[in-house]
Amino acid sequence: MIAALLKRDLAQFFPFAGSGAALPVVFFVAVAMLYPFAVGPDAQLLARTGGGIVWIAALLAAILPLERLVARDIELGMFDQLRLRGVSEEAMMAVRLAAHWLSFGPPLILAAFPAAALLNLDGETVRLLLLGLLAGTPGLAAIGVIIAALTASLRAGAALSGLLLIPLALPLLIFGAGALSRGDQASLGFVGAISLALVAVAPFAAGAAIRAAR
Amino acid sequence: MKGSDRAVPALKANALACRQGDRLLFRGLGISLSPGEACHVTGANGAGKTTLIRTLAGLAEPYAGDVRVEGTIGLLDERVALDPDQVLGRALAFWFGIDGVDDPSPVLARLRLADLAEVPVRYLSTGQRKRAAFARLIGQTPNVWLLDEPLSGLDTASQALVEALVAEHCKRGGITLIASHQPLGLADLHTVALEDYAPREEPAA
Repeated sequence: MIAALLKRDLAQFFPFAGSGAALPVVFFVAVAMLYPFAVGPDAQLLARTGGGIVWIAALLAAILPLERLVARDIELGMFDQLRLRGVSEEAMMAVRLAAHWLSFGPPLILAAFPAAALLNLDGETVRLLLLGLLAGTPGLAAIGVIIAALTASLRAGAALSGLLLIPLALPLLIFGAGALSRGDQASLGFVGAISLALVAVAPFAAGAAIRAAR
Repeated sequence: MKGSDRAVPALKANALACRQGDRLLFRGLGISLSPGEACHVTGANGAGKTTLIRTLAGLAEPYAGDVRVEGTIGLLDERVALDPDQVLGRALAFWFGIDGVDDPSPVLARLRLADLAEVPVRYLSTGQRKRAAFARLIGQTPNVWLLDEPLSGLDTASQALVEALVAEHCKRGGITLIASHQPLGLADLHTVALEDYAPREEPAA
């Protein structure tokens, strides 16, 4: 049952699978491409600020698919039908979280290579950036699922999503991007810890949210 | 997830009251159905038929009273739970896979959906969608059918088909509760009119 759910969710969200599903990755690369044009071709400036830009791009790419993440299946009645078959809301949201991360996390980490080249990042920075994204993207996915479930039944959901995202994502950004400027790995440990906490909480928070929205 | 035959299916509601927002829809509603029985719930638009069905399905909390359902529940309402972007065959295959249906062709043939298997769900008409929802319901093989307006959008032939399906389901020992404002051509039908349970102007107690 869980495998069937994951398969369906992945088919919906994986890049190039459905309409607009590749958008987060395209968006991410586009930001990395445009940033040097916007600030000028100063190699030192790019190398110093590029890592932070990659983090912000990753953050925004993670919330691009939010509107499709939960609301659509509520409208379709998918969650009701699954509930009647004994699947808990928490399990549905855990599967959704896994599918959401798989569909943007690994592609984003791969896209970070060309992005790093475009931004003239050095080897050590790239290493910290990749480790940070690996540790941080599950947390971003968890934030995305929580926000999507919370705002699913609201009319102005999209506007609220942005507001909710900022405080939730700040810790990840501070430690993730901070690791780059300080060049220390300890911050990455914090990123991983925050991510784990978010991933652990997300299925319960999102499950309760869609139960309440019903 | 086949419908289990372990417990004797039953559907009971006792002194049930439901609200929509702050508005009390009905109160003091009692229903008791045993295997093979079907019940027709009537009521004007907004009387609370859908709320009743969702409460009986366990998807909404009753305001007062209690609900007890033995056996697996199948729900059919206006939301068909089929991916609109997928072709009908694949959208149904998702549920058939979960419900453990090995060979869907008899179900599809019965509901005259076999020719539509390659048509994306969003191109289907209302009636075709409803028939697809019935295919999903039959594949699930639940003991208790909760049908919310099952006849809306269906042509005469399809309405007769639905009535035949309900009769067969009850004959097999299943329970059916149908909320509909349309008359049903079914024998031995219990009827519950939600108007009889509507709250008075001055709320008693």
